[in-house]
Amino acid sequence: METAAVFSDFQEHLDADHELKEEIRNAVRELEQTAREIQTSMQAMHQQAGNEHLLKICENVEPLFSKVREQFAVLAEKIPASQYYRFNDIWRFVIQRLAYLAALKVYLMHERLAERQETADMLGVKVRREDGFHMDLDDFLMGLLTMASELSRFAVNAVVAGDPGRPVRISKFLGELDSGFRLLNLKNDMLRKRFDSLKYSVQKVESVVYDLTIRRLVPASSGDNEPKG
Amino acid sequence: MAGRGRRAHGADRNRAKSKCKVDENSPVIQAFYGYQSELDARHDKYERIVKLSRDITIESKRVIFLLQRCAGNEDQEEVLTQALTRIKDIQKTRFLPLALELDGEDHYQFMRAYSPGLQEYIEAVSFYHYLKYSQLVSLTAVQQDLQFSRQDAILHTSPGGASGADSTASQPGASPQGKPAGGSEKKDDKSPLNGSSGSGTQTSDQPSNKTSTEAKAVVDSSEEVAAKKRRNDTDSRSETVVVSVPPMEFMLGIADLTGELMRTAIMSVSAGNLDFPIQACKFMRVIHDAFMSYGNTARELSKKMWTLQQSLQKVENACYTLQVRGSEIPKHMLAEVFSASSSDGLYGGDVDDTAAEHL
Repeated sequence: METAAVFSDFQEHLDADHELKEEIRNAVRELEQTAREIQTSMQAMHQQAGNEHLLKICENVEPLFSKVREQFAVLAEKIPASQYYRFNDIWRFVIQRLAYLAALKVYLMHERLAERQETADMLGVKVRREDGFHMDLDDFLMGLLTMASELSRFAVNAVVAGDPGRPVRISKFLGELDSGFRLLNLKNDMLRKRFDSLKYSVQKVESVVYDLTIRRLVPASSGDNEPKG
Repeated sequence: MAGRGRRAHGADRNRAKSKCKVDENSPVIQAFYGYQSELDARHDKYERIVKLSRDITIESKRVIFLLQRCAGNEDQEEVLTQALTRIKDIQKTRFLPLALELDGEDHYQFMRAYSPGLQEYIEAVSFYHYLKYSQLVSLTAVQQDLQFSRQDAILHTSPGGASGADSTASQPGASPQGKPAGGSEKKDDKSPLNGSSGSGTQTSDQPSNKTSTEAKAVVDSSEEVAAKKRRNDTDSRSETVVVSVPPMEFMLGIADLTGELMRTAIMSVSAGNLDFPIQACKFMRVIHDAFMSYGNTARELSKKMWTLQQSLQKVENACYTLQVRGSEIPKHMLAEVFSASSSDGLYGGDVDDTAAEHL
């Protein structure tokens, strides 16, 4: 009697769980769609040099970010209290990608590292777990690392597009990011693996700077004096 | 907060410094100091929980070994009492600190750290419960055992508080039924383990206590869960700390239980107890059938399903042998047959191998 009840309770639990997961997956699918749209729009950064062009791109994706905020609100509603980490595998990937896109946008606009709070605000999520649906620190850091590899690509393409000063600034930026990451005591996890590839991004940009420097292609004003934004 | 306090990692920092000049005041570096302390705090907590989980696993295994002796001719009551004492001990010395670690956290964040210990513990408790009451322990009951009042926590963690805490722990049985002093005592009354002689003072009013408890657990277990949720959501969060037992973890523990039942069934034949295998076989079949109906819901679950099937078959074969050969051999000799020919493939020659795989 009791034994049967234990098993039927569990069956109910499984059914409810299944339904909830399905709902969460649907919400996450919407987010993934928007993230793809943002990513596609932002790829235009590689095509043309000039700050006006970049600012235009950032302007274009702004409505998509507000869509993201709405979609995160929908997702957040579905998660029972204190069960974020029960389901977070489902949205981990998309939140990492969105963190990357948000950080990239901040960099393109201001040429500085995005803060955690401001990234979270752009996505419409919280920083602290206690405050509600939040962005895990690991996911934010993963986003920064993805941005780093994208920037190393950007450095190459900026030269082609006629902006030889850009790689110098990117190199400095990545150097700082790298020394930031070196402060962290990472476990042997995904983040660690991703971080290990940061040095290749740094190296790539450094070699671009080297190529430009020995050919005296770097404009004198590049570096710190370059107007930001 | 403690970012600059972690001087132990200075080496890393120096390395970073020598490579390229780090501007300690740059906002990037400042931000990363913050991330560092946050990550370190989380990793440290994780490791502490893993340690507790490991201890729980070890001690639960000991309880299981102890309970295996029920299969022999030792005094069963004696063994069960001892096992209960040990289980209570695990709760007090391991789960209470674990509950304190998890206090205010999302338990699922650390589930991977404490899941092995929890499953082993569930295996031990459900094994005990089966031997004592011949039925499956309920999730509600297991969960209630892992809920502690904050008062207990303070008593246990403060040095020399152990004896004082013991006296509070035995209070629920001793205090008049009608007037429980606090929420935690009410919960203790419903504990699945409290029915037996947990403390000397309690034995007198034990039977009535037990039956009402059991009946209640059957009837409104779902209501209780809901009520507990409500309680948790509101005021009692500040009064109790708890180690949550997700239904999936509970079921995985139950799946492991069948392995123990198999071992005990085989061993009990050698010890001359010919009823236990039949009884255990029926029970295992109920579990097996239930698991079958769940289908492939979780990877872990279906992995255990396979082991479960093996165990069940072994016991079924043993029962078959009992039936067939029982008619031709006197009982006392049958036991000999079983203990002598444990390498006979028919009823589970590799019992020990399977057992080892379970541990």
